[in-house]
Amino acid sequence: MPGSVLATATLPDLATFLIAGAICVAGAAGVVFGRNPVHAALSLVLTLFGVAVLFVEENAQFLAAVQIIVYTGAIVVLFLFVIMLLGVDRTEKALADQFRGQRVVALGLGALVLAEVLLLGTGHWTTGAHAATGALNRPLSNVAQLGRAIFTTYLLPFEITSALLVVAVVAAVVLARRFDRGVADEAGAGDPAADAAGRTEVTGR
Amino acid sequence: MTIDGAWYLTLAAVLFTFGAVGVLVRRNVLVMFMCIELMLNAANLTFITFSRELNDIGGQVAVFFVLVVAAAEVVVGLGIVVAIFRRRVGATADDPHELRG
Repeated sequence: MPGSVLATATLPDLATFLIAGAICVAGAAGVVFGRNPVHAALSLVLTLFGVAVLFVEENAQFLAAVQIIVYTGAIVVLFLFVIMLLGVDRTEKALADQFRGQRVVALGLGALVLAEVLLLGTGHWTTGAHAATGALNRPLSNVAQLGRAIFTTYLLPFEITSALLVVAVVAAVVLARRFDRGVADEAGAGDPAADAAGRTEVTGR
Repeated sequence: MTIDGAWYLTLAAVLFTFGAVGVLVRRNVLVMFMCIELMLNAANLTFITFSRELNDIGGQVAVFFVLVVAAAEVVVGLGIVVAIFRRRVGATADDPHELRG
């Protein structure tokens, strides 16, 4: 049983895990039950930070840093930017169930998922082959090991990742573009700014 | 001795459940996206835990790729949300049902 193992852990490890875990769960609850989207985003920061602490605890220092930089530094800021841009930082109006009993069914399904994953997580889960792509306990730093794995074994997925990012950037530009050319042309006679925007769009075609 | 991996997996299961319930319960598209991020983070924690338990760097590489995919997903998803908001006001997931094909 994992309980006995928890009892034998050293005090700093135990305290780190418990505090970071509590922070994670509190942040997750804030995301799900927070009425204000801004509060939900800030709760998400809490959870991501707790997960980063757990990454450090599990000897994944580089990914902990990336977690902080990418998730809390870029993704959550993007969330907050969109929330502020769209002006939806009000409380959610449509809290009524779209379907009857939706919330009950959702909670039931959530309990089912939790039970299932717990069953899988605490069962016989160390059945995989050990160190299929490279051992973790070599005398190298975490960054060196990760870099070696990414740029040798996983080089092709890494290159495909760049294509994915290009596609995402192009998609974001296309989605954020305004397609009301007719309106821009009509308003362009009196409004220099709209005129310039419309011209750029037409000539850029 | 460090914490047993089963406890990390338990915590990841709890985080994943929060994310799944949030996607099912909330109607705000942005909050639903945040709940998807919660589930991705739970999966990341599982990857890191197995990486440590199985002594394999592959789990950390997987987390690296998940981070990249999550960033791309958020960019495209929020772009779609902004595009929907241009047309109509309202942040609930029930609005696009008015789309006519």
